[in-house]
Amino acid sequence: MDIISSWIGNIPEFALPFALAALGLIIIERSGVLALGAEGLMLMGALAGIGTYLVSGNNAIALFSAMFFAALVSLLFAFMVLVLRINQVISGLVLVFFCQGLSALLGTLLDWTNHPVPGLPDISPWLLADLPLIGGLFRQNIVVYLTPLVFLLSGWFLFRSVPGLRLRAVGENPQAADSVGIPVIGYRLLAILAGSALIGLAGAYISVLSTKMWIANMIGGRGWIAVALVIFARWSPWKALAGAVLFGCIEALIPQLAASGIRLPQYFVFMTPYAVTLAVMIWVAAGKSGTSSQPGALGLPYVREERT
Amino acid sequence: MSQNNAIHLEHISKSFDGFKALSDVSFTARWGEVHALLGENGAGKSTLMNIVSGLYGPESGSLYVDDNSLSLSGPRDAARAGIGMVHQHFKLVEPFSVTENVLLSLDGNLTARAYRRRISEVAGKIRDKATELGFQINPDARISDISIAEQQRAEILKVLVGGARILILDEPTAVLTDEESESLLEKIRDFARRGNAVILVTHKMKDVFRYADQVTVMRQGRTVRTLVPADVTADELVALTVGDSVADAHQRAQHEAGEVLLDVSDLMTAAVNQARRSLDGVNFQVRRGEIYGIAGVGGNGQSELAAALMGQPLSTEGSALLGDENLLTMSHARRRECGIACIPADRYRSALAGPLTIAENYALGEIFSGHYGPLWFLKKKKIEAEAAQAVADFDVQGVRSLRQKAALLSGGNAQKLVIAREFRKTPSLVIVHSPSRGLDVKASMAVRQKLVEARNAGAAVVLISEDLDEVISLSDRIGVMSAGRIVEEFSQPADRQQIGQAMVNHV
Repeated sequence: MDIISSWIGNIPEFALPFALAALGLIIIERSGVLALGAEGLMLMGALAGIGTYLVSGNNAIALFSAMFFAALVSLLFAFMVLVLRINQVISGLVLVFFCQGLSALLGTLLDWTNHPVPGLPDISPWLLADLPLIGGLFRQNIVVYLTPLVFLLSGWFLFRSVPGLRLRAVGENPQAADSVGIPVIGYRLLAILAGSALIGLAGAYISVLSTKMWIANMIGGRGWIAVALVIFARWSPWKALAGAVLFGCIEALIPQLAASGIRLPQYFVFMTPYAVTLAVMIWVAAGKSGTSSQPGALGLPYVREERT
Repeated sequence: MSQNNAIHLEHISKSFDGFKALSDVSFTARWGEVHALLGENGAGKSTLMNIVSGLYGPESGSLYVDDNSLSLSGPRDAARAGIGMVHQHFKLVEPFSVTENVLLSLDGNLTARAYRRRISEVAGKIRDKATELGFQINPDARISDISIAEQQRAEILKVLVGGARILILDEPTAVLTDEESESLLEKIRDFARRGNAVILVTHKMKDVFRYADQVTVMRQGRTVRTLVPADVTADELVALTVGDSVADAHQRAQHEAGEVLLDVSDLMTAAVNQARRSLDGVNFQVRRGEIYGIAGVGGNGQSELAAALMGQPLSTEGSALLGDENLLTMSHARRRECGIACIPADRYRSALAGPLTIAENYALGEIFSGHYGPLWFLKKKKIEAEAAQAVADFDVQGVRSLRQKAALLSGGNAQKLVIAREFRKTPSLVIVHSPSRGLDVKASMAVRQKLVEARNAGAAVVLISEDLDEVISLSDRIGVMSAGRIVEEFSQPADRQQIGQAMVNHV
């Protein structure tokens, strides 16, 4: 009983980075830019968050700074795919490797590695936190409570506003968007910046609020899982949230199993998220995949004066 | 009806990759009129209209709307000036509804009002405009769910709800049936009569004569003349669009055919599950010095036959004997040795390697024979010298340098380059598929001339084409293909009607 309630209480902490990163990716990919660089941006966010906290001692500033620096680094990606029109898969991979190296280097040079930070206090609303079994769900920090709001806002923006309609038009058919005067490159740039900020926040959540310290390469593949999650969720924020919770359940289970004395090979444990990703992808592909909702122009650079 | 100029262009020029698409074009369309813009593929009609709609910026020249000078920095500017263009390839977002597509194109405050109210407001405007024009449309339908004709109406409404008074239609009837075209153009003419202006980009004479008040003819990036259609005959208009008079197609000198060179028997594609075979026992023979034309309604196995004969990967049964060798299993090197020339339908994908240079593309056919030296040391000078000669001999135009990418050649010149390569050595067997698809009249004539020359030099030519006129005018014998078989053969002089009957009867 204790195991189960403590497992449930841990789910938000594990689900949250997946949810925020996937939402950021959805915003970018809805604009037609294939974003594989989540792992790298999360690392930058994680490092910037810890670094800023160590300097300023303020969690809010740390989180905002993580968003800012992830967006800043994403300018490099935007420059590659929007201006130079380099292949988006390659640009995404380059971004990951670049950020892995850069974050490890800066973490060492600036001596930000292995310095614990306190994180944010839990907020426990009256009564809810005392519920049996699921009470743990309501002993969380402020970011957890705000995340559904972020999803609500993003969903409203994408599907219930004219700028969102334009953003999706740019991702589905940039030629059509351009022919009615929508600035394709501008929308894609803004989508990359906004999405990257969310991905950076996801990274900072892991370092500042969850692990509470910086270790090189601490994201450990979660960025890649977010990429898979977006495909699984078919570019829908709500399905992505559900998927993130699912992955969160699995990840949260691992420490519980270890604590309860069940012996699992360490690498089997590390493997589970990937195995689940694989299974989910196969399940999605085997299901009715006729109505794929992938943005029509995903991964295609846009050039206006191209003769066809 | 006011007779002011709705739109007036002066000295417009535009280049792409060094190719002059428009040079010094002037054009005027008046309020209340349907003004047709007539010309062949590549005459510059669409480019000109893309400039008017703000999508392309001109290199030089000026644009006046209602006699006011205007400079457009984008499509939004054009829309504000009341110019709206319906592109030949619709610019619609498929997963969106008609209303959402219209909303996309509208100016205005983005957040002030609730999205749903804005949507229903726009849907109302669409219904009003549709009623005014006499269009049937469901504003809530998704673009991907509606027919081409409805998509076109959605495009027109999108432009008109945006407030356009100058409506540009780029080849609007290309995708419509005759009835749909008539109904559309009548409504469009009514729209013009109400004091608007319509520019109708087309290459169909019929549309020009029935619906246009004025016609401007374009040729090779220039405006040739502006006329009132009632004052000219169709022949005169054709002469203006085509330019230098083109030799008549029916100049087929009689030619004695020799012995059988290619014997195709029981050629079948492998059966996939229970589906009909796309080739289901094709039998025909082609003699030396003969063009054997294969006619038929598209999709009756012509593409598969071409692929099989050209040695593209395709699992087949049966045989196509060339002497005692089977064409279907012959290696490509051996095919070259035997003098087999292939001219596939898709020149950019199947015949040319776009990113390679013109000279390299020309040399591809002889790389393995050692003609240009061993594989590890190709003689570049020799390649370029021969390519230069071939470019001159086969009149490939638009070549600024032999080191220019082949993908930059226009359709007709790309086709000429392919022919130059394939005819480098006198071919014994020529296999061509839709050789003049997408080419203008002059380029088509040049291509067909080369096929006739090859035949006269003793080659056997297999001509697979969905253009019945092309097949009839070139072929010595004609086989009609239907449901994967040759169902009937005709000798010249062949009756067009009978061939047409055979094409549709055997389905």
